[in-house]
Amino acid sequence: MNAVAKLLLFMVSCVLTNNFIFSRFLGCCPFLGVSNKVETATGMGLAVTFVMALASLFTYVIYTWILVPLGLAYLSTIAFILVIASLVQVVEMFLKKSAPSLYAALGIYLPLITTNCAVLGVCLLNIGGSVTVAGQVIEYNLLYSVLNGVFGALGFLLAIVLMAGVRERLETADIPESFKGFPSSLIIAGLMSIAFLGFKGLV
Amino acid sequence: MEKKKSARSVFFNGLISENPTFRLVLGTCPTMAVTTSATNGIGMGLAATFVLIGSNIVISLLRNFIPDKIRIPSFIVVICTFVTMVQMLLQAFVPSLYESLGMFIPLIVVNCIILARAEAFASKNSVALSAVDGLGMGLGFTVAITVMGAIRELLGNGTVFGTQIMPAAYQPMMLLVMPAGGFIVYGLMLGIINTIVNKKQKKEEEA
Repeated sequence: MNAVAKLLLFMVSCVLTNNFIFSRFLGCCPFLGVSNKVETATGMGLAVTFVMALASLFTYVIYTWILVPLGLAYLSTIAFILVIASLVQVVEMFLKKSAPSLYAALGIYLPLITTNCAVLGVCLLNIGGSVTVAGQVIEYNLLYSVLNGVFGALGFLLAIVLMAGVRERLETADIPESFKGFPSSLIIAGLMSIAFLGFKGLV
Repeated sequence: MEKKKSARSVFFNGLISENPTFRLVLGTCPTMAVTTSATNGIGMGLAATFVLIGSNIVISLLRNFIPDKIRIPSFIVVICTFVTMVQMLLQAFVPSLYESLGMFIPLIVVNCIILARAEAFASKNSVALSAVDGLGMGLGFTVAITVMGAIRELLGNGTVFGTQIMPAAYQPMMLLVMPAGGFIVYGLMLGIINTIVNKKQKKEEEA
């Protein structure tokens, strides 16, 4: 398989078959908490995409070129979470200065990205070795790590926007009192996850 | 709210009335991800309990020294220290559990239960009470995810804690140990528990 096909397959698998929410359970808290409206869900998804792309770049570089040569690999979790927290802070300050309208739209969701486990999750996955796509073992290098961040986050965006669309419709539905809110959302997520299983044969 | 909280009430608050998994719906990612078996559930629960008690104690000790503005990063660093300790201990003493929990051990750092307890309880209460709160919340989480792990393991694999329970003729529902099953079982359990709580509240109102 040539390099371009491999790249494309990897991207598709990040978004659909290895979807962060439906097959890895990463980022469920914002997925359930911020999926009331399509608008806010989109904002959250985009902010996460941005942070995840930068975080996978920085953490991979820090891990491979600083922590490993110094024999400090056991500090990776602490290093990663600090990188993520400061990235979120930088993004927040940058947006406040240069794009105040976007900053206002994202509001509280920006600082919350620090505790989104999809962000820390992707950084840990990137240093964890390899992934098998269409029978091919792909070792994570710098390029694949960043792609994993970007397309994994796009998968998250897709999931959260789809979910918000369903939940907007459900507002008017007649659901038993005890199943309103989280329980019904979880069951919907389960059904969506079954639907996403259908993509398994794709790559 | 009474002014002086007793250790007993704090403990049962975490274990039952404010159970992090079923009442507060915090820390949903590990809840669904590791509950493919009861053993995983109990391992994850105990690891999180250890981190929760440790971080609650340290944060409570430092509560008068941490400046308000940088409290969240400080909490995260404390939590992260304990998580790294758990990770190394598990790797050394229970490698099989370490393997099966995988990346969800370092991800305890971003488990919202722990940060939420640091922010809402440990940073405002005494060391002893914070430790009890950590224990109660941690055990509440452990019980919840162990039960969920047992249900998924029983229906999806026919076993509980690795021992065969279902008769050999039972066709395991593979779906339940797959990600979709995690969402659905959790949703149904939440719904059932909500029903029980709502009924109880109605009875109390009538009485």
